[in-house]
Amino acid sequence: MTVAIDRATGKRRGDRTPRPGLGRRLKDGYQKHWYAYAMIAPVAVVIGVLVLYPLGYGLYLTLTDANSLNTGRTIGVNEIEATYEFVGLDNYADILWGPTAYDRFWSHFIWTIVWTAVCVGLHFFIGLGLALLLNQKLRGRTFYRLILVLPWAVPTFVTVFGWRFMLADAGIVNSALDWLHLPTPAWLEDTFWQRFSAIMVNTWCGVPFMMVSLLGGLQSIDNTLYEASEMDGANAWQRFRHVTLPGLRAVSSTVVLLGIIWTFNQFAVIFLLFGNTAPEAQILVTWAYQLGFGQQPRDFAQSAAYGILLLAILIVFTSFYRRWLNRNEQQLAN
Amino acid sequence: MSTTTAPTKAPAEQADASTAPPRRVRGRGERSRAASLASHGILSVASLIALFPVAWLVYLSLGPDKNDYLHPERIWSKMTFDNYAFVLQHTQFFDWLKSSLIVSLGTTVIGVMVAATTGYAVSRMRFPGYKKLMWVLLVTQMFPIAVLIVPMYQILSELQLVDSYLGLILVYCSTAVPYCAWLLKGYFDTIPFEIDEAGRVDGLSPFGTFFRLILPLARPGLAVAGFYSFITAFGEVAFASTFMLSDTKYTFAVGLQSFVSEHDAQRHLMAATAVLVAIPVSAFFYLVQKNLVTGLTAGGTKG
Repeated sequence: MTVAIDRATGKRRGDRTPRPGLGRRLKDGYQKHWYAYAMIAPVAVVIGVLVLYPLGYGLYLTLTDANSLNTGRTIGVNEIEATYEFVGLDNYADILWGPTAYDRFWSHFIWTIVWTAVCVGLHFFIGLGLALLLNQKLRGRTFYRLILVLPWAVPTFVTVFGWRFMLADAGIVNSALDWLHLPTPAWLEDTFWQRFSAIMVNTWCGVPFMMVSLLGGLQSIDNTLYEASEMDGANAWQRFRHVTLPGLRAVSSTVVLLGIIWTFNQFAVIFLLFGNTAPEAQILVTWAYQLGFGQQPRDFAQSAAYGILLLAILIVFTSFYRRWLNRNEQQLAN
Repeated sequence: MSTTTAPTKAPAEQADASTAPPRRVRGRGERSRAASLASHGILSVASLIALFPVAWLVYLSLGPDKNDYLHPERIWSKMTFDNYAFVLQHTQFFDWLKSSLIVSLGTTVIGVMVAATTGYAVSRMRFPGYKKLMWVLLVTQMFPIAVLIVPMYQILSELQLVDSYLGLILVYCSTAVPYCAWLLKGYFDTIPFEIDEAGRVDGLSPFGTFFRLILPLARPGLAVAGFYSFITAFGEVAFASTFMLSDTKYTFAVGLQSFVSEHDAQRHLMAATAVLVAIPVSAFFYLVQKNLVTGLTAGGTKG
């Protein structure tokens, strides 16, 4: 039994002995790593059963024409056999370039991209601004911080209903706008204003996380760097540009990635704000949900196909993002 | 909450990044009065925006009639706690509380227990397949709900687990377990390897090292993973709305929606329930939020 901690003891594997045969290597590998495999077994089992198996099953469903009328189900004592058929890649072809593909997929796709970009941009810049303000020596700093975290502390499904009351036709927002003699848009009915209010509510919900993480990042920047840059004659903007921003790099690249993934997948805000009433304001995730569960008959195959497409988009995006980050870091190092 | 007063520290102490005194401690860098006023102004406005929707919900919950939200000025004169009494006595509030707690706590316990050993293994050991496992853990966290919801629904209905607590817990575990493993890896990384070595030298097996030395040291990390799973499971909407069919098994996220149907909207009761749910959850959140943030960003950067 070798030591399990090979990071601490340095690399043990490698070129000390000539490479043994395959059977021998498997046996050695087993003896050397069986602790590790025993320890990851629970998670491996859970992921296999709860994630990979449903994923494979979902992938299979996308290749069929399954919907709620032809899948097997039990009504009372009667069992109805599944009668859906294998249709190959028809679902994907239909979604991506079938008739009315623009209305069903591409318009939602574009809106999802806009939604993600605008929301994450607003989250980041508002969050950064507030974090910078909170990072000063300021009376009542703790108090401000506690209040500003509130949108994150209260569960989203509660706050979204609060917003619904406020944005209703004769709600407080429109009453206030009317009192100021400003136009009173139909926040929850008109397509543009639906999208506008979705972004507004989501921004309200998402800023605190960015703010708190970036504040943590700001506080970990070494104070001597600011002193040194000031000695070299840097003004406030230059200190921000060349000390604060690089110092926030690690934190901000993580929170922006997390923010993009969360916003892209944001379900609760749009679903609870509009329910089934706003087909134009649905992002891809909620649209896929509506296809699968919000209509009759439920179109399981198409909904699952949307899911797979979404996942593909996210994986491609994340790997590019990571590659881009790595390249930037290498450039900095040179 | 970091300290706000650190006026006269020696320069050597200021360099200490972990305690991080406020940036401008030197008199030379003091802000002008106007800048300070502007900061207060912006922060006050932001706080007001952050506070208002929640405060408004609380205010509306005190109005006795379901259309009071359209005439907020009338509430002031007839403020009452009747809505709260009604919600507690005549709705399924406690059923929902029970199912919310069962599902969230179940997810938390399973998530943390299953994930702990794996977090340790990926933090300390390098084994063939390590990179693939880390990749799977990362990718699983960014699954949109749309990926799993249809196949999960099919599988659970075949197993007759739709509308059962166990089914919902299992579904939540599909995200909670990889997430906890990832987060715990980040925490185990901060525990010095020397402790493991000392344990091994003293004759403990790797499992012994883990259970007797590392696990007790990692209690704060376990707590953070637990809090996070709990809060996520508690606030989840999509799966709960789809899989819980009978109204006694609704979680709060579903139960709240049931106040507003096509025929009737009992908004005053809904507001009262929302406030009742929000108070304990937010209090809990404030207790743990500092740890949550460190855990989240640490898990991400060390990947």
